[in-house]
Amino acid sequence: MSRISVRDTNLCVGCQCCMFACARRFGEAGLERSAISIRSAGGVERGFIVVVCRGCSNPPCMKVCPTDALKARACGGVILDQKNCIGCGNCVDACTLGAIFWDDEKNKPLICVHCGMCVEHCAYDVLKIEPRRDDGI
Amino acid sequence: MADDSLSRVLYVDLTNHRFWIDDRPDLFEKYLGGSGVAANLLLQECPKSADPLGPENPIIFAVGPLNGVYPLASKTVAMFKSPLTGNLGESHAGGRSSTAIRLAGYGAIVVKGASATPVYLSIQDGNVGFRIASALWGMGNSYTVGRVIREREAGSGLRTMMRIGRAGEKLVSYASVITETYRHFGRLGLGAVFGSKRLKAIVVTGNRSIRVKDPKEYREVYREIFESLTRSSAMKKYHELGTAMNVNVLNESRSLPTRNLQKTFSERAENISGESYSVNYLGRRIACSHCPVSCIHLATLRESYTSDPFFFKTSMISYDYELIYALGSLLEVFSPSGLLKLMDEVEIQGMDAISTGVTLAWATEAQEKGFISEGEIGLKLSWGDVENYLKAIRMIVEQPNDFYQSLAKGVDYASSKYDGRDFALTFGGNEMPGYHTGPAAHIGYLTGARHSHLDNAGYSLDQKALTSKKPIQVEEMVDLLLAEEQWRQVLSSLVICFFARGNYTPEVVLKALSTVGYDLDQEGLRMIGQEILKFKNEFKVREGFRHRSLQIPKRILQTPTPLGNLSEDMLRKGVELYLTKALATART
Repeated sequence: MSRISVRDTNLCVGCQCCMFACARRFGEAGLERSAISIRSAGGVERGFIVVVCRGCSNPPCMKVCPTDALKARACGGVILDQKNCIGCGNCVDACTLGAIFWDDEKNKPLICVHCGMCVEHCAYDVLKIEPRRDDGI
Repeated sequence: MADDSLSRVLYVDLTNHRFWIDDRPDLFEKYLGGSGVAANLLLQECPKSADPLGPENPIIFAVGPLNGVYPLASKTVAMFKSPLTGNLGESHAGGRSSTAIRLAGYGAIVVKGASATPVYLSIQDGNVGFRIASALWGMGNSYTVGRVIREREAGSGLRTMMRIGRAGEKLVSYASVITETYRHFGRLGLGAVFGSKRLKAIVVTGNRSIRVKDPKEYREVYREIFESLTRSSAMKKYHELGTAMNVNVLNESRSLPTRNLQKTFSERAENISGESYSVNYLGRRIACSHCPVSCIHLATLRESYTSDPFFFKTSMISYDYELIYALGSLLEVFSPSGLLKLMDEVEIQGMDAISTGVTLAWATEAQEKGFISEGEIGLKLSWGDVENYLKAIRMIVEQPNDFYQSLAKGVDYASSKYDGRDFALTFGGNEMPGYHTGPAAHIGYLTGARHSHLDNAGYSLDQKALTSKKPIQVEEMVDLLLAEEQWRQVLSSLVICFFARGNYTPEVVLKALSTVGYDLDQEGLRMIGQEILKFKNEFKVREGFRHRSLQIPKRILQTPTPLGNLSEDMLRKGVELYLTKALATART
């Protein structure tokens, strides 16, 4: 198993192709179900911020889930068990990076599954997918 | 259509601060979106002989079935009656505009009326907020307006922020609308129409999803298109040097308009070339939403303050070929940093760079020839004098006297008032783009619905004729130009960036359209293109455009092109043939 990491945000041109790629996993166009976000660092002249799950080894989102719907993923990050999730949104608040998004239609979090679709569609090598680096924190 | 959100048209009435939504599947099924739908809405919404700066002139934004769905379907079309030409106003911009409008759940937005007090609009979640903008009105710098709105409104990364600068407020006929930063609805004066409605900005936020017909097929077609765009060499020029790569190419082939087109070459053009800017100034490259090409090149300009040389300001300034031509070679500004300052000023004030440069070039020559006195101009304009050009730009915006009021109406108006008509580089009221490549470019400017090089790309035919050494006869030239302009109506209805025209062939367009529920064939597409162009020309004729009264600037006949001297008779013949055909062809 691997996880997504951000190589260098200075290479990001803000094209958002990664966001569209993520949403396409669900077979739809648009951006509603994207689990990655690219926005400017206060105006495009200052470059861009990449907001995506970094696959924590010890994820804060998991700790605040009241129904154990979030389970640790072997390679970092979490896996959502849709059945157990009650849509409380605690995980969204707990993520330090703001990298948990929301599916309004299902009223449940949108959580990166580290599939690598975004990496494949980044023409500038901003993102990479790599095996887990276990730093034990 | 597989997704019904496209057919929703948002109407905003600025006079009464109210809004409503109409469903128009009829328009979107028949004319796709973008230019096709906007042309229809313009014909319906704009009363005959409307004052372009009156409340009756509508502003129409339209996107199409491929926006938010496929890469490089990244543009929005704006249509309005132009205060510059008095007829068709059409301008295209990227940034995040098309993604935001489409994913906010609209295919088009129609803004009508005029507000009594300055406002900006905040469009999201099915609502339209009318926000007071009196504190933003009169602000000297368009960047600051963006900064304030960015802090006040939600949706970072998912919104478009269209705004005007001082030039729009002061109704300069070629004021632009800036979107995000560095992208523009530049040409034909949309900024002045915003200003006349006391509309400072429009923010649209959206991130909804779009249903497709068959998800599996959609993913496959997407992959094919994405790969062709990221791997093809066709994109390389936009990607590496950007459009500025044209500077050396055109200069070497003696087609770079220089010194108000008294010349087509300068030994100093190399200083302001794409190569020179990328080595010495390129600071960042950015992209429109859903475009992996990133053609937007930002230069970094570091300047010290005269009051304290240990204080610096560093500005990021977007450069493109057209700006380098109009504010650079045409004015003989060959100082790369001086040229960046002019580009920055145009961005700060919110003006179309081409029209501004062409206007200043005319004024410089008119002063040189004694048609205008130094008293009227208030300063001495001379080729290459950046400081005085900066002052003149600010005076065009502030319009302290009759002369600057005339300049603010464009070269066509100013030259008819002060003389100097022979060297006024204007076509149908719109200032000349930067290609003096040969007859096709000029027939293109004269006949294109917007009088723009982007209408039918005549320069490209000239360049082919030059390389192959095979001159094109006028009849064939007209057929090729017209077919190109008609096909571009299809692309600008979807709305695909023209930079991707080599990738989005009719076959690819049909395949992409099929995944979103349009069942068309090549002939059908061709007919749609013909019909849209006909609507646009009909609007122009309705508003008084007569191709037989088009004036041909003497200067373009005097200065040779790489294909030789142009003949007025040949240009007239081309115009006659072109417009007779363009108006005659329609869906039967």
